[in-house]
This record gives sequence, structure tokens and C-alpha cells, in this order.
Amino acid sequence: MTWSRGNMADGEEPEKKRRRVEELAEKMAVDSGHGGNARDWDGRWNHVQKFLERPGPFTHPDFEPSTESLHFLLETCKILVIGAGGLGCELLKNLALTGFRQIHVIDMDTIDVSNLNRQFLFRSKDVGRPKADVAADFINRRIPGCNVVPYFKKIQDFDESFYRQFHIIVCGLDSIIARRWMNGMLMSLLIYEDGVLDPSSIIPLIDGGTEGFKGNARVILPGMTACIDCTLELYPPQINFPMCTIASMPRLPEHCIEYVRVLQWPKEKPFGDVPLDGDNPEHIKWVFQKSQERASEFNITGVTYRLTQGVVKRIIPAVASTNAVIAAACATEVFKIASSAYVPLNNYLVFNDVDGLYTYTFEAERKENCTACSQVPQDLKFAPSATLQDILEYLTENASLQMKSPAITATIDGKNRTLYLQTVASIEERTRPNLCKTLKELGLTDGQELAVADVTTPQTMLFKLHFTS
Amino acid sequence: MAQSAAGKSNKEQKYDRQLRLWGDHGQEALENAHVCLINATATGTEILKNLVLPGIGAFTIVDGHKVTGEDNRAQAATELLQELNSDVSGNFVEESPDKLLDNDPEFFHRFSLVIGVQLIESTCLRLAGVLWNAGVPFLVCKTYGLVGYMRLAVKEHTVVESHPDNALEDLRLDQPFAELKNHIQSYDLDNMDKKDHSHTPWIIVVAKYLEKWYNEHNYQLPKNYKEKEAFRQLIREGILKNENGVAEDEENFEEAIKNVNTALNPTKIPSTVQDILNAEGWKNITAQTPAFWVMARAVKEFVENEGEGKLPVRGTIPDMIADSEKFINLQNVYREKAMQDASVVSKHVESLLQSVGKVCVYKSKKKCKNAAFLRVVRCRSLADECSVELVNKDEITSCMDNPDSEMVLYLMLRSVDRFFQQHSRYPGVYNYQVEEDIGKLKLCVNSLLQEYGLNVNVKDDYIHEFCRYGASELHTVASFLGGQLLDVEFLLNKYGFVMPKTNLFIPFCLNNQKFLFALGCAAQEAIKMITHQFVPFNNTFIYNAMSQTSATFQL
Repeated sequence: MTWSRGNMADGEEPEKKRRRVEELAEKMAVDSGHGGNARDWDGRWNHVQKFLERPGPFTHPDFEPSTESLHFLLETCKILVIGAGGLGCELLKNLALTGFRQIHVIDMDTIDVSNLNRQFLFRSKDVGRPKADVAADFINRRIPGCNVVPYFKKIQDFDESFYRQFHIIVCGLDSIIARRWMNGMLMSLLIYEDGVLDPSSIIPLIDGGTEGFKGNARVILPGMTACIDCTLELYPPQINFPMCTIASMPRLPEHCIEYVRVLQWPKEKPFGDVPLDGDNPEHIKWVFQKSQERASEFNITGVTYRLTQGVVKRIIPAVASTNAVIAAACATEVFKIASSAYVPLNNYLVFNDVDGLYTYTFEAERKENCTACSQVPQDLKFAPSATLQDILEYLTENASLQMKSPAITATIDGKNRTLYLQTVASIEERTRPNLCKTLKELGLTDGQELAVADVTTPQTMLFKLHFTS
Repeated sequence: MAQSAAGKSNKEQKYDRQLRLWGDHGQEALENAHVCLINATATGTEILKNLVLPGIGAFTIVDGHKVTGEDNRAQAATELLQELNSDVSGNFVEESPDKLLDNDPEFFHRFSLVIGVQLIESTCLRLAGVLWNAGVPFLVCKTYGLVGYMRLAVKEHTVVESHPDNALEDLRLDQPFAELKNHIQSYDLDNMDKKDHSHTPWIIVVAKYLEKWYNEHNYQLPKNYKEKEAFRQLIREGILKNENGVAEDEENFEEAIKNVNTALNPTKIPSTVQDILNAEGWKNITAQTPAFWVMARAVKEFVENEGEGKLPVRGTIPDMIADSEKFINLQNVYREKAMQDASVVSKHVESLLQSVGKVCVYKSKKKCKNAAFLRVVRCRSLADECSVELVNKDEITSCMDNPDSEMVLYLMLRSVDRFFQQHSRYPGVYNYQVEEDIGKLKLCVNSLLQEYGLNVNVKDDYIHEFCRYGASELHTVASFLGGQLLDVEFLLNKYGFVMPKTNLFIPFCLNNQKFLFALGCAAQEAIKMITHQFVPFNNTFIYNAMSQTSATFQL
């Protein structure tokens, strides 16, 4: 029996191979179509159309089969994808293949070698280039008609007018702070008239997250369903090792590495006055060696180069398949919402394939006094003899708030005063003495409003101060 | 892949994030594997993408469908996939699986795993039979409209490292081994200075107070909630007090109290491991016995002799408040005992192998550490699943007590296969067919239920919905079941449906979200099979993208 054994591994250089692949793709696209228009050849959207144009027993109650829906999907619907990493690459591909053409993508990162095991829109020649740009380029070249617009920027670089233009926003982020910020941004777009929410001001947010073999996908309708902050307790705060363990009582190899990262590096400044860069192999090598030394002092085994890098960069293990699964679930929801073809996920899906395959779907509940979406002013209850430091600790440690570096301002004697701000060194220095002062000393009164700004929210949060006896 | 201090190989850098999940040895298993994909549909190539990206050794696509006049679908897909990762070697065979089964069924014997995508029932069953007899695991994937389906068929799959999420620690506090006993004795909590007292590992604290408890309770462990509460109180009373009689802040004692519940669990062998140790099939060791079973037998001999009814000590303890020296010393007690037990097990392995004339070449240490996490998965054959005598009636009927259970989707998938058999096409592909096909499909459903004697009710809504699907593949379902970017998507020729006047592929970008979900899952299950790490599903997985729910059935 004969069979063609094409082994692609030998011979061709990557660039030549890639060009051949692109030619092949183009050839296929052109050959199949009718005449010159490769954009929408006959039957291209057959499968999508079955869902948009046929009635069915499980469709959304408001669904009406129509040939217009396909047009909306293809030409009008504007989607924003946040993140062009593991989830982002999959999302862009899924959305483009489903028919969405107006897709924008934001990502502030550049491509690293360790991305290549799953972020399949990138190749080794792309290392160092912005993820958003390369991803957009790849999709636009391979999928005729698709128009992905990239932004090599942070989400905080854009304001309400930017975000308002999108029909649906999908997140493939790796940071809770960024999620909360996005969440807050969409809340700020909501329009209430006489206390009633205007549905046209709602932009659905579909959020996906993965970690190793676990993942989750959720649908957030700002102002209507549970938001990121409503379920903040589902994301437990990152565990940092206690200082005394790091400084004087290490037991695990991780403790030794943290010691070098947090204490030894700033002290010894081995490469000058530069921050430790987890992507710099020289830096990691130094940390690794010093960690080994510290570990041997305490008879601790297990410090490896891989562990060192993992601890320094807070690496989360990742594989292609989990990202594929979660991105698919998210894209399904985008399709459902954009087409009204089915009732969207209500509202949280958990996935785990460590042991068999496990999914769990439930409705996360809104929190009555959610800091982001409840519009209920938050209370701060402190004694007048409490210090500003006490308030600061509350804002950062409280499970529902989990702020990172809150800046606190208040109107005192008619003037707007910054009580404490961490993010600008000169102001931090100036306001630091306020931390030890009592609220009374600072001139704060019962019922006073405090405005708090933080990276976790695009809008300033208002708190009402209540004095306890 | 050697790990150097200075720099890492490019491969190690590329695979870093996944190496942290399955380790270098898992990666090695992946790179030695050769996977076969049957049908390079968008969905099939999605699965392969998720195997190519992490560096599978080789893949071979079997597909007889034509794409253009010159290029065959298998070849086109192979090239596109190959481009994703140059470490992987890709091959293709321009032949339908049926032809291969006719002419060269042993072709499939070379593969670590065969993945069949969108196969028609007859081909699927034929292939399943060949693979079952050859001992090659078979993963079947299908997406149909908003439904994803996966079926794993393998006689026996052994898992050395199952990596359970919430494994209980192996502390042996109820039956401390000699070295642990001695170590505990070396502590005198009542005569320690405050610093030492507050930095004594909670394991020691619990052990010490357990001794006290034993004296007053006839050497019985605290058993119920009341007793455990009393035990916690006993520990709490041991917290040092300052001059004013106020309890000091002793975090290690708080940890001890918190851990009482699990720390006092009696040491016993998990039932899954018991089953492995007592497995009938491998009672007699021969020269052909796979390594896993030789090890299992060695562990069993350990348990029956040196282990005194217990597994080899695992050797790890969780981190806890303690000063470095106390913690390390305690950790070493467990570690050294674990190494000792492992070497005893090794000796058993050696003598077992010697008795059948073989020499021990593999490392047993990993298996020993994971003795409590050994798992074996046995999936029924497709032949049994589809046999009228052996069909799992109970599972099907009990699930269908809820008529909206994912089981109804399974029955519908079987029914559309039946439809295809009768009509050489799937229902509802063209708009004009939908209404008429509903009746025809219903007949298929009823004949299926009748043939298997299934007294269940399949709601008409599902029959309607499956006609509505028209055998479409929504890209996202495909991705869930699998995951990829192809420039072109292929029409479902395998449904026996060919576009009039052309027998060419029609590229389109598809709505295969459901498929994508299902295919992501498939790739991961394939990785589990190849690495023998993590536990694969057993044996039927259904994903419903309408409700974003799923279920696993053993059929």
C-alpha cells in the first residue's frame, strides 16, 4: 500500500515555509470563490446562517430569524478584545472565524519566547514586537475581510469616548487589577434616568481567565448582573510570604528566593540602581546563585533556576488547550449576544480538567453594596482617634475592596486636600506624616466624604466617614 | 532538556509555562509520541494545533478528501500545522480511513493515540475495533451544531501522576513510624523558652497533645466532632500565657488547632489504590508485564510486609510556622523515611524482575512518592457501548429522568447517525429539508430507543433543534472540543454531502465555537493519555454550548 509521506520537518527555512503557507491559503481562497471577490464566496457563512435564519425551540425569547443578522455580525458589530496573549489569540481567531470583522485589540506587551507554546499568532521571528500589532497582522492577512485594529497601549490610556463605541467587550487579561479597572470603566458608562438604567448604555463584558488546567468564563451585563467587584472574594488576594519568614526564618526554597528579590537585591544593587527584571537572564542568574547560597545556609534544598524565575516573575503555568476552551466559551457568548440567537450564559462558568473534565455553571449574585456597581455610597466606620494609616490598611486589606495604593483626598475647611498619595514620590513624602495623625487631628468630621482613587478603578470612589465612639 | 544555571535552551524557554505543569519527563513523553488525526476538518486541525504548539513529536493526518485539483486536504492541513512549530514532524496520508482499514489495518498500530473527528458511525466502529485489539487508545470527537461530543476508548490506561487538586497530607500522626516517634520525643513543650515554643511546627504540637489525649482516653484517637473539639481545646490550653494570664500570640498553635480535623485522619490506603494493588489482571508477573504493574505488585509486597499495611511514606509536609531548623529537621525525618521506603520497594521490583529474567532499568522513586495517587482508567469499547446486550441501559435511563439532561444530546447524536445511515445525508442541511426531516429524524429516534429497549422520552424540541443545526459546525464549539487558526475551513464532506457540481472544499470561516470548546478539551485529554499524568475522562463527554454545561457519562 502506498501513501504519501510528506514530512515537513526537514528542509525548508521558516520564512520560505511561511510564504508557501500564505500562498496556499490565498490559492484556496481564490479557487473556491466565484470570480474575483474573495471576501464572501458562496456558502461562506452557511453554518452561521443556520443559526441566524432558522427558528428553533431553544432560541432566545426575543429572537427572530432574519437575514439581517448576518449583515450586522459581519459589517456592523464592533468588538473590543482586551489582551492578545493566550486567551487573546484564541479569541481573535474565534471571533474572526465566526464572522466578526470590526475587531479592536489592546495589549501593552511585547512577544516573549515563552509565549510561543500557546500564543499561536506569533512566531519566533516576532519576539520583541508588540503582541497587538502582530496578532492583528496575522488575522488580517489570513482571514479575508477581517479588519482587526491593534493598540499597543494600556487599557488606562483610553477614556469613556473610546470604550463607548463597542457593542461587546471581551477580556483575556492576566490581572485582577486590570479587570476591575475595565469593570469600573463600563460602570461609568451607564446612564441612569430617574434611577432607571438606560439599557442602551450597557456594554456587555465577557471575561475569561485561565491558570494551568483551570479556567472560567463569565458574562457581565453592567448594572444588571454581578460584576467583577461583586465577586471579588472569588479571587483570593495573592499570598505573599510574611516578612519575618523571609528575613529570618526561611523554610522553603521560595522563601530564599524572595529574600534575595526583596531584600538582597535592593541592598547590593548588583547591576547598579536598576529594578530587578525577571526577563533579564543575567538578573535571574544572580538571584538564582544568591538564593542557593541562602538556602544552603539553612539546609534548604530545592532552589532551581526554573523555580527562581517562577517566583521572581510570579509565573502562572499555562497551556494551549485551556486557553482554547475558555476562549471558545467566551466567543460563544459573544456570538449569542451579538445575534440574540440564544440566551447568554447566566452568568459564570468554571472549568477544570485535572481529573476528567469538569464544568460548573452558576449565577453569581450581585452584591447589594458592591463598591463598583451598586451606586451605594461606601461607609467607613472609624473612631476619631483612629489614624489615617488605619483607614489605608482597611482600604487595602478589606476583602471587598482590595485596593493597591489608594490616594485619599477630602474637602477640609472648604479646601480640597490630598491626605495621602503613594504613587508620586514627592507627594508621598509630603503626605506621609499624615498617616500617623488621627482623623480628628487631620480635621475630618463625622459624615465627611472622602474621595479615594486607585488603580483598581477608573473612577474615584466616594466614602462616607462615620465616627464611632 | 538539561537545565543550566546560566541560560536555558530555546526549547526550554518556549515550553517553560507547560513544563511547570507536566515536567521535563512529561514533555519527553509528548516528544516521543506520534498522534494520528483522521479527517482534517477545521475541528480536527484545531485539536492538532493544541498538540503541535506544546511540541508533540509527530502527527499524521489521514484524510482522503480533495481540496483543490492538486492539493489534498490532508496535505494542506499538514503544511499549515507544521508551520506552527518546527520541532514537530508532520505527515499525511491521502486516503480515507475506510480504505486503510481495508488494505492495511496495521497502519494504525504505530500510533500513541488516534483521534477521529466527524467520523460516520460505520467507519468509527470499524476503526474502534481495530484499535481496541491493538491496544491503541482512540479518541472520538464530534461537533454537531451547538453540541460537542468526545468518547475515549482504551482498555486500560495507567496514570502514575494524577496530581490531585486537594490531596490530604501523609503525616502518619495516627501511626507514627519509629523515626518520627523519636523525633517527637526530642521535644519537651513544657520546658521550652517562648521563642522555641512559638516556633515549633504544628505537626509536633498535635503529636505531643495527642500523647496527652491518649493517656486520658485509652489510646483512642479523637473521633467525632465533640472529641475533636475537646482535643482542640486541649491544644488551646497549651498556648503560653503572659504575666497577666493573657494568651500569647502563638501562630503555630493556631495552625495546630486549625489542622486537627485533617491531621488525625487515620492513615489508610485510598480505595482507588487498593483496587490497583489487588487488580486481578496482573497478579502474575511475566517478562511482558508493563512497568506500572510490576511497580504496583512491588508496592503491594511492601504494604504486606515492611509497610505493615501502609503505603510507602510520601515524604512531603506542608509549609508551616516554625523556625528554619525545626522545620527542616522535621521535613528530613519524613524525607528520609520516604527514601528508605522507596528503596525497599525498589528491591521488591528488582527481585520481581529477576524472577522473570529481567533487569531493572527504570526509576521507581517517582512512582513511590505518588503511590497514593496511582490511578487506572478503563474505558469500555465502542462495540460494547453500541451492543444491544451490553448497552448501559441503567446509565441512560436514570440520566433521562431529567429529560433535559445532556444524555438527550447523546441520544440525538446516535439518532442523526442513524439518519445518515438511512438517507446518506444529515438532517436539515438545506432550509427546505428542515421541516420534513423532523419527522424522519423522529422515526430514527424511536427506532434507536426501541432497538436498545430504552424506555425514555426524547422531547420533540431536541429533534427540531437537531434538524435546525443542519450538521453545522460552530467554530467555538469546535474550539472548546479542540482549538485553531486555519486560513480556510472545510465543509463537512464526511457527512456524505458534497456541494453540487464541485467536489471541492468550500472555505469559510466558521461558527465553530462549540466545536472549539470541545476540541480544546480533546487536546488536553490526548496530552493526559500520552504523558500518563492527570486523569482522563471516562468515557463520554458531552458539551452543550447553548447552556454552557457539560456532563461525563460512562457508557
